[in-house]
Amino acid sequence: MHNKADNFLHQGVHPRKRKRERADARFHFYGLAAVSLALGFLVIFFIDIIGQALPAFHLTEVLVKVHYTEAVKSNYNKAIDHKLSRIVGRSWLRSLPMKIEANPALIGTEEELWIAADSRVDQYLKGHDGHGLKNKYRKIVDKMQQQGKVRDVFNWAFFQSGDSKLPESAGILAAAIGSLFTLLITMLVAVPIGVMTAIYLEEFATDNTFTRLVEVNINNLAAIPSILYGLLGLAIFINFMGVPRSSALAGGLTLALMTLPLIIIATRAALRAVPESIREAAFGLGASSLQVAWHHVLPLAMPGILTGSIIGLAQAMGETAPLIIVGMMAYIPDAPGSILEATTVLPAQIYTWSTESMRGYSERTAAGIMVLLTVLLSLNALAVKLRNRSEKNW
Amino acid sequence: MDTEMQTKMKIRDLKLWYGDFEALHGINLDVYSDKVTAFIGPSGCGKSTFLRCMNRMNDRIASCRIEGQMLLEGSDIYAPEVDVVQLRTHVGMVFQKPNPFPKSIYENVAYAPRIHGLVTDGPDMDELVETSLKKASIWNEVKDKLQQPGTALSGGQQQRLCIARTIAVQPDVILMDEPCSALDPIATAKIEELMDELKNDYTIVIVTHNMQQAARVSDYTAYFYLGDLMEFGETQQIFTAPTHQKTEDYITGRFG
Amino acid sequence: MKDHTVRRFEDELNELKATVLSMGGMVEKAVRRSMKALLEHDPKRARKVIERDDKINQLERDIDQMTRNILALRQPAASDLRFIISTIKIVTDLERTGDMAEGIAEAMLKSQETPLTHLESLEELALKATAQLKKALDCFARGDVLLALSIIENEKSINGMFQRIQRENLTYMLEDHRKISAGLMAYSIGKNLERIGDHAVNIAEMVIYMVQGHDVRHIDHETASALVTSNIES
Repeated sequence: MHNKADNFLHQGVHPRKRKRERADARFHFYGLAAVSLALGFLVIFFIDIIGQALPAFHLTEVLVKVHYTEAVKSNYNKAIDHKLSRIVGRSWLRSLPMKIEANPALIGTEEELWIAADSRVDQYLKGHDGHGLKNKYRKIVDKMQQQGKVRDVFNWAFFQSGDSKLPESAGILAAAIGSLFTLLITMLVAVPIGVMTAIYLEEFATDNTFTRLVEVNINNLAAIPSILYGLLGLAIFINFMGVPRSSALAGGLTLALMTLPLIIIATRAALRAVPESIREAAFGLGASSLQVAWHHVLPLAMPGILTGSIIGLAQAMGETAPLIIVGMMAYIPDAPGSILEATTVLPAQIYTWSTESMRGYSERTAAGIMVLLTVLLSLNALAVKLRNRSEKNW
Repeated sequence: MDTEMQTKMKIRDLKLWYGDFEALHGINLDVYSDKVTAFIGPSGCGKSTFLRCMNRMNDRIASCRIEGQMLLEGSDIYAPEVDVVQLRTHVGMVFQKPNPFPKSIYENVAYAPRIHGLVTDGPDMDELVETSLKKASIWNEVKDKLQQPGTALSGGQQQRLCIARTIAVQPDVILMDEPCSALDPIATAKIEELMDELKNDYTIVIVTHNMQQAARVSDYTAYFYLGDLMEFGETQQIFTAPTHQKTEDYITGRFG
Repeated sequence: MKDHTVRRFEDELNELKATVLSMGGMVEKAVRRSMKALLEHDPKRARKVIERDDKINQLERDIDQMTRNILALRQPAASDLRFIISTIKIVTDLERTGDMAEGIAEAMLKSQETPLTHLESLEELALKATAQLKKALDCFARGDVLLALSIIENEKSINGMFQRIQRENLTYMLEDHRKISAGLMAYSIGKNLERIGDHAVNIAEMVIYMVQGHDVRHIDHETASALVTSNIES
């Protein structure tokens, strides 16, 4: 023994040790390279999106003199200097006749107002190519700029208005509210049903052919392409139950169908993670099955259940395919007043904008993606926080 | 001696199946009042299964089927009219791994009396919690931190907390399933000392893999082998002169 | 019986048993030699017996050490525990038997000035006692409870023989006052032989405890033999 140890301690670095260390280092490097690659793509993606989206968050306004006359009622172009009619945003011009009708006292007066510039002017001033602004207007804009009649402001309108056929006034609000309504319905339907189903299967159901069949099917449902849920939602909720097409209710119910298996699977995993010893302790003290579930198992599984539900909902929030089928991929400029009104959702809005050719829309596409990502990341952060809380010892 | 001995539980020809597998082949056993009875035997001999029959913990296993009689003070605990919740307040259980609820020490003890409506919250409950913790010899260690989580205690303290939690409902019988297998010798000695005190008021049945422990703590020992009760007798007799060769081989360490 | 799963433990128990048996052999030899020295007036042989008693005493200490170690380190139970307990007791009996042999050898050396007469009955007693001792060692070696029972049964005849020797000695001493010292010597040798028989019986009783767990000491022979035989039949 003594000799052996002696040899081993004095023979210098063993060749196998070097080989082993090299292998370790290689493995370390591959791992690092993979992670760096993934991170690199992510950074590129974010830089690209943010770079594209930033212009959408600010907007050019021009100072114009507005004349309120009787003629404006029939031809809004007459409210301003006709040279400027291609420079100010058309949606504002179009709203002038209504403004005068609502307030006839304005007739005969005039005022100077900061008005959102036309998208082409906006693009020109932001220095983008392909803005499509004609030369003569460019000169006018340059001149106005010298006179201090042009300013750059934060684009509050993006968060305050719905979709529009004019990119400078298109906003995310309607889609955000639609998403909120849809998600609320998904949550109210999918979470209670999913959690209860999971509790029943995990804590109460006896292990027989029927429950095994149910289990297999739930696991399979989670793997079904989401567009099929759209078809199911169309058939059941819209055609059979008569829920209005494009409504938050139809979308929410469809997404609930899709999220249900995820929530059931996540909840069952959370329930199964509660140590059997806790159930035994409670049963051993004479607690009933219901008391065991409510007093001991559910509180311990709650963080896991919430995490699963949030991840399920986050997925529902980013989902587009089934909503195409239930008609939520449409031009819907106004925020819905109720869950029965036609609405659109964030991803659908992003998709709609992305198909538009005008430069202003592509900026808004990126901005919409940023909003959607922010919401999703917040939801995931919440899920992570809850999961960390659930990892305490018991 | 036998004449003055009170029988707390009487088991007659108890058979148990998991599906088609017969795990217990007709057990006959008397558990005497205010004594410690130890179940020993190699793994898979059915001793834990049998222990779990004694407060119907096996009810939770769907494939488990039982025949025969398990009498607690003369009445069959497997009779259809028996409420298993009530049964478990009479026959409590302490488990292998200390498993306090992830709640405060106070709540751990107060839980069972509360759900069974034995005591209402307030001074009465405070008193019950205190006496239970005192009976389990852990009061002095936890009296200043009753609101701290039970899971923050050491393993041995957790196990005594679990014993306190069990005796809070004043059971007749306490079943212990290898209560010291996760504990160090000092914590084990404390539990063994506690069992010695508890047997003045409670009938204790303990399953243990540690033969020396069975010898130290029990008055009666039952040796299980492959689903049969091989031998039952006074512990000193089992450990000095067992009658059955299988018992002899097991106790002396001949595990061929 | 199966072997212990821990082989080292099995070896220790076997070694202990072998040591006890070799001690028994030495004791038996000492008794025979001391009697031979007496009968053949061989002081050299007697001195050898006295010398060799130290070895017997040393073996007693060795065996006690072994039993202590097994008790402390192996925590024997059931038959192993009974074997250890019996060994502790048997070793004491063997050591005392060795002392008896030494006593006889010393008596032989003393009796050179006053030669003993009427040695025939002492010789007969010695044969019986040695036979008992030999049987006791055999029944320990084989765990033979029936042999042990027969040893216990023989105790009466040895006692009877000793009483007869006592009476004879008394008669000689009354007849001839010069024989008093030789008579006392013969009496003490007889007493030693009778004690050797007693120790053999003790050993036999411990063998019954070792094999069956029954304590047959201080109960009448019928009860004891009923207890032992019933256990064999069942």
